[in-house]
Amino acid sequence: MSSFGWGALFGLLAGLAIALAALLGVWAERKVSARIQMRIGPNQAGPAGLLQTLADTIKLVLKEDITPRQAEVGAFRLAPFLVFTPIAVSFIVIPYAFGWAPLDSSVGVLFFLAVPAISVIGVLLAGWSSRNTYATLGGVRGAAQMISYELPRTLSVVSLCIIAGSIAPTTVLGEWRWWWLPLNAIGFVVYFISSIAELNRGPFDIPEAESELVAGYFADYSGIRWAIFMMSEYGGVLAASLFGAAMFFGGGLGVHGWPGVLIMIAIAAVIATSMLWAKWTFPRMRADQLMSVAWKVLTPLALLQLLLVGVVAPWL
Amino acid sequence: MALDVESRTPVVDQDGRSVEELVVNVGPVHPSTHGVCRVIVHLDGEIVTEAIPVIGYLHRGIEKMAENRTYLQVVPLTDRLDYVGSMYSNWAYCRAVERLAGIAVPERAEYLRVITCEMQRIASHMMALGSSAADTGAFTMFIYAFDVRERVVELFEELCGSRLTYNYVRPGGVSFDLPEGWTERLLAFTRQTPAALDEMDRLFFGNVIARGRLKDIGVLSAEDAVAWGASGPVARGSGVSWDLRRDDAYSVYPRFTFDVPLGENGDCYDRARVRLFECYESLRILEQAVEQLEPGRVMAEGWPRLLAPRAGDAYDQIESARGALGVYIVSDGSVRPYRMHVRAPAFCNLALLGELAVGHTLSDLVVVLGSLDPVFGEVDR
Repeated sequence: MSSFGWGALFGLLAGLAIALAALLGVWAERKVSARIQMRIGPNQAGPAGLLQTLADTIKLVLKEDITPRQAEVGAFRLAPFLVFTPIAVSFIVIPYAFGWAPLDSSVGVLFFLAVPAISVIGVLLAGWSSRNTYATLGGVRGAAQMISYELPRTLSVVSLCIIAGSIAPTTVLGEWRWWWLPLNAIGFVVYFISSIAELNRGPFDIPEAESELVAGYFADYSGIRWAIFMMSEYGGVLAASLFGAAMFFGGGLGVHGWPGVLIMIAIAAVIATSMLWAKWTFPRMRADQLMSVAWKVLTPLALLQLLLVGVVAPWL
Repeated sequence: MALDVESRTPVVDQDGRSVEELVVNVGPVHPSTHGVCRVIVHLDGEIVTEAIPVIGYLHRGIEKMAENRTYLQVVPLTDRLDYVGSMYSNWAYCRAVERLAGIAVPERAEYLRVITCEMQRIASHMMALGSSAADTGAFTMFIYAFDVRERVVELFEELCGSRLTYNYVRPGGVSFDLPEGWTERLLAFTRQTPAALDEMDRLFFGNVIARGRLKDIGVLSAEDAVAWGASGPVARGSGVSWDLRRDDAYSVYPRFTFDVPLGENGDCYDRARVRLFECYESLRILEQAVEQLEPGRVMAEGWPRLLAPRAGDAYDQIESARGALGVYIVSDGSVRPYRMHVRAPAFCNLALLGELAVGHTLSDLVVVLGSLDPVFGEVDR
């Protein structure tokens, strides 16, 4: 088979895997939020309501794909894919154990941090092309927020690359030692918070702020295009959790092979659940408060982490 | 015309560029307008330069409808005024009718009115706190608040068969005496609720993000609160110590000891906090009322069911969860009111929205609206 054929096959499989993960993610979110709010959550379709999101997906696929009359048709239809594709592509460089990554790229860390940032264009485009004041505000807020949180997120990962001496994710994972964890504790907190903000999830879900902007940049979307926005959100949570587990926890805490992969998935599940927990416990911040957290708290903290690692690194 | 959504004021920004205000039409159907409020918001960036509430989307002409019904038939109409606190509208109307017709209410009925209205205050404040927390994105707080509200509503359902529109307070008394074992269930409620309120206090008001969202937003000075005719928690949040339960001392309220919680800064945080503290005071009143409750009649005797009061007028007011709720009735001596007017506290409080929201962001507008706790059944009538 040609290399294009292999690429297409991998893309299809990865797309299906992300869709499945998003289904599980939506189910987990509904169950976790239900537990936090003294409710039961979905419990009718399938065991523990596991098939509920499948039923929802079928409903969403069958729903009418509405394009508002005033919208910029081309841009409006393209925007969901521009948000989803970069996040889906970023999965390719996530390492699962030493030497095990779908694409063992020597610049994988850079790739993972840079490529999902392209989705900000999709957010802005979705908000702008809807020709709706709520959507426009949401799109502009989203662009400002995602660009601001790129910086602390990237800086928090840079310190790991300095200790490992490489920006290849599998090398960083292979070099991991237990004392990285206390050394990079600040960095992990910065990574966790800025990942939530980067994904526009609560308490930083300002671009979609249900109570102010109705649904923000995707207020006018329906059916499968709306579902693609949702899929990219849960795909992003999954990617950020897996990458965080791989980089900060050395995959499976330095365990090699399949047991390590399972430990890593467990760690990623804990990180993802903590993201849901934060969303369902905290109120939403205001846009200006969000910006000051990014620039006045998280970026200095990330720089402090970098300084710490920079001082320690020569003695390693 | 102020209501023209298309009119945009040209603005010149600090760099001398000519920019345009963004006009956002919030509502009448919007997740945070607490019903059907429409607000035309002029935005400079995200800063509100003008916010004009447009009301009337829930106008049903209740005051006019009352003119075609007998005095007893008006009571279910008053349920639909403030549908989050139907007991208050019932009671305010009945007090005006009783004053007009000179009906003396039995003591037990007065106690039952106080008990139901204090329970209603908790239920109504839970709705206000929960929905204004949901406006800031804290949806879990909303569920917690509705858990407490649900317990009140269940007790009401047992008492009068209805969960929202009670039709319980009638001219001359109340419609039903307490069911068997009801007071024990009420006392169980008063014992359990403080823990739930403490939990909400920690969950929401103790949260650093919630404080950041509510503090110093929509500051209302005590002078402005009085000048705009604000009442209830909106006025008390600004430090205006005015509570009709204490200052008018109507019904049997002088027999209870309770405090009137006051705010200091008059911001959204203080208004919400006052509501929370009032729930604790309502629980105190409930416990005292149950203790003092004596057996007896719940409906006055010796007056015709088809009331035809003397020609004249009467006004009476009570402290509802939203403030001073008054009903004015003019009688021409027939079996129907000649004219009825409701002094709705939510209407007066809502007028402040344009004042309080200017200078804050669009995100704060919904917080300010939530802190005023409008119920549009009462605003539009």
